[in-house]
Amino acid sequence: MTHEEFIQLGEEQRKKNEQYKHSIDVCVAAACVSMQSDKIKKSIEDEVKKKELGTSCRIRGVGCMGLCAEGPLINIDNGKSLYCNVKEEDAQEIVSAIDKEPVERLKLSADVPFFNRQLKIALEDSCNVDTESLDDYLAQDGYEALFDVLTKMSPGEALQEVVKSGLRGRGGGGYPTGLKWSTVQIAVTDKKYVICNADEGDPGAFMDRAMLESNPHKILEGMAIAGYVVGADQGYIYIRAEYPLAIKRLRNAIKQAERKNLLGNNILGTPFNFGIEIRLGAGAFVCGEETALIASIEGQRGSPRPRPPYPAESGLWEESTLINNVETFANIVPIMKKGGEWFASIGTEKSKGTKVFALAGSIKNTGLIEVPMGISLRDVVFDIGGGILEGRKFKAVQTGGPSGGCIPESHLDMPIDYESLITIGSMMGSGGMIVIDDSSCMVDVAKFFMDFCQSESCGKCVPCRVGTAQMHTILEKITNGSAGMHDFQLLEELCDIVKNTSLCGLGQSAANPILSTIKFFREEYLSHIHDKHCPAGVCKIKKEEEVIS
Amino acid sequence: MSKVRIKTLKIDDRDVGAREDQTILEVARDNGIHIPTLCQLDGLTNLGGCRLCLVEIKGSNKLLPSCVTAVEEGMEVSTNTERLQKHRRSIVELFFTERNHVCAVCVSNNNCELQNLAKQVGMTHVHFPYMYPALSVDATHDRFALDHNRCVLCTRCVRVCDEIEGAHTLDVRGRGIEAYIITDLEQVWGESETCTSCGKCVNVCPTGALFEKNKSVAEMKKQTKFLPYLTMMRGARR
Repeated sequence: MTHEEFIQLGEEQRKKNEQYKHSIDVCVAAACVSMQSDKIKKSIEDEVKKKELGTSCRIRGVGCMGLCAEGPLINIDNGKSLYCNVKEEDAQEIVSAIDKEPVERLKLSADVPFFNRQLKIALEDSCNVDTESLDDYLAQDGYEALFDVLTKMSPGEALQEVVKSGLRGRGGGGYPTGLKWSTVQIAVTDKKYVICNADEGDPGAFMDRAMLESNPHKILEGMAIAGYVVGADQGYIYIRAEYPLAIKRLRNAIKQAERKNLLGNNILGTPFNFGIEIRLGAGAFVCGEETALIASIEGQRGSPRPRPPYPAESGLWEESTLINNVETFANIVPIMKKGGEWFASIGTEKSKGTKVFALAGSIKNTGLIEVPMGISLRDVVFDIGGGILEGRKFKAVQTGGPSGGCIPESHLDMPIDYESLITIGSMMGSGGMIVIDDSSCMVDVAKFFMDFCQSESCGKCVPCRVGTAQMHTILEKITNGSAGMHDFQLLEELCDIVKNTSLCGLGQSAANPILSTIKFFREEYLSHIHDKHCPAGVCKIKKEEEVIS
Repeated sequence: MSKVRIKTLKIDDRDVGAREDQTILEVARDNGIHIPTLCQLDGLTNLGGCRLCLVEIKGSNKLLPSCVTAVEEGMEVSTNTERLQKHRRSIVELFFTERNHVCAVCVSNNNCELQNLAKQVGMTHVHFPYMYPALSVDATHDRFALDHNRCVLCTRCVRVCDEIEGAHTLDVRGRGIEAYIITDLEQVWGESETCTSCGKCVNVCPTGALFEKNKSVAEMKKQTKFLPYLTMMRGARR
């Protein structure tokens, strides 16, 4: 496809869109689909056909609108009215009201903190693009950034935009993306690879999933730009098999892009070649670790290996490899469109741009949000998140998944950025945020995460394999009231060993949920041990048992 | 002949020279500095899994496995600090708690690398709770047997079977504490179609997990040092 054809396609689609008087956008991301939004969409389509409004009403299945708690969501005429908790039988009423006053009963105000305090970059067009249509993406300047980079910029210039943006890896570690790209760019190997890490496995996290389900083309475009910058002609998306909808849409998107020559050989008439293949993960959390992920793509057992050498030097099939998270790639297209300086103007001094968080747990507005870095946790939980479920009291917020920690009320005013979270013993992680209320026992929370770590440890190194199992046993003892102070000391000792001697990030951070709960909720541990009492009433402790320790 | 650069560094306050492609462990051994190891075996690829060879490097708070860390110019390595000693002892203890290591009834008693390590690191007792898992013994093979109770998952057997013998009969299945060694696709060893019965796995096994049948404790001495010789002679024949 030449550039003229490419522009023409977008124009045609835009014109087609303008013909419609109304638009009905039904969210078809996983959360809403689980509430049968696909059936709702079908009923609306039937209804529109029945009323013969087909020429004036455009119905699309779009991506995540964020407020999953109120789903299924329907957006009428680009935000004119937003319907929540829609049911299949509401279809008729919605279609009838399209030319008249909106249906009050279903209406949700868009002028609430949940919507107006967010800043969307990675998720920018996710709720405004048909999840299965390349044409619709092209109508919104899709692949324009790739075309500009390929025709107007050298790889070095494009790299400079990423460096200038100050973007840092969104998968958890926060490694500067520009630096990572530059190390792969300068590496000398026969072949180079770009890998998109979509093996999202943190409990309570669904950012990558929503992004891939909502706008898969944006990720493909970001990967292709990365391929051009670092000099790779092959990309892989490593996605967990538990995300069937995301996989289906990705496959569809790759096929569409290949047909239109947006992927493949001589992309858009330039000498640049780039293909993308999908690799499915079989459900091992540790495969999110980059060296384990590479081993898994190679067909080996998914266990990590010591670094260095880093993948930039010797990665997939021992060639130089760039691995970034889905969200990192989602930020590339906006950076290329609006420039690195624009991106760097958002956020804090060391953490630029925005971050997508998945709000889960005991919070009113469960869902997906994107906020500028530096916003306080309190704003996220109480303003955007709408606060704690009725009748409950805030206790802690858990960030960073099994590698992160629990943050108590006293630290809620802290700004969200990579460094601040690490100083208080948690981490940014990929963006899962689980809100915990006073009905939860913190020892039980720590036990939950340790159970996760021990079953997800690959078993290659001893401290992680045996240490996590030992820690889990001790937490089990504390929660059933059979532990003494001796066990508590052992637990602290094990945390130290596992943290300092484990091979990969999984083990090195496995102790964080315990360390942070001990730091902020020590009295709960002691209450279990000394008084044989669980303050939250979660753990079943047999009181009469005499404990020898 | 390709040129190899020479680096100078300090190990335990001693100035040493090394080729750039050497690991810290190799250089330490060349200079008579002992670093405890378990999964490492000359002739096999290095794993970095047992975490016993961890060393401290000045300027970094991270502990690095010396078996896979390449030397660098001006590096200052400490191999035996108090912090390392403490961690090593704990790691050996964790090995003992993981499975059922009962020396008194083990065929490798007094010829066991795990036992030797315990002595080396000064382990007088185990202060973590034992886990006592219920594990099986696979004695279906004609000549050898695999006792999971004594396995430390160093994967020396897996590596020797794959890298040296080329059979890849042995592998690991499961994750974390549930991981264990299997033969083929988890058939019993006696029914394995790929096993060549070469016995290399038995000889490289550091504990009594892999042993030869019909041998007494006194006879069950393993030959672990043959691999570099074997690979060298294979190369010479080609």
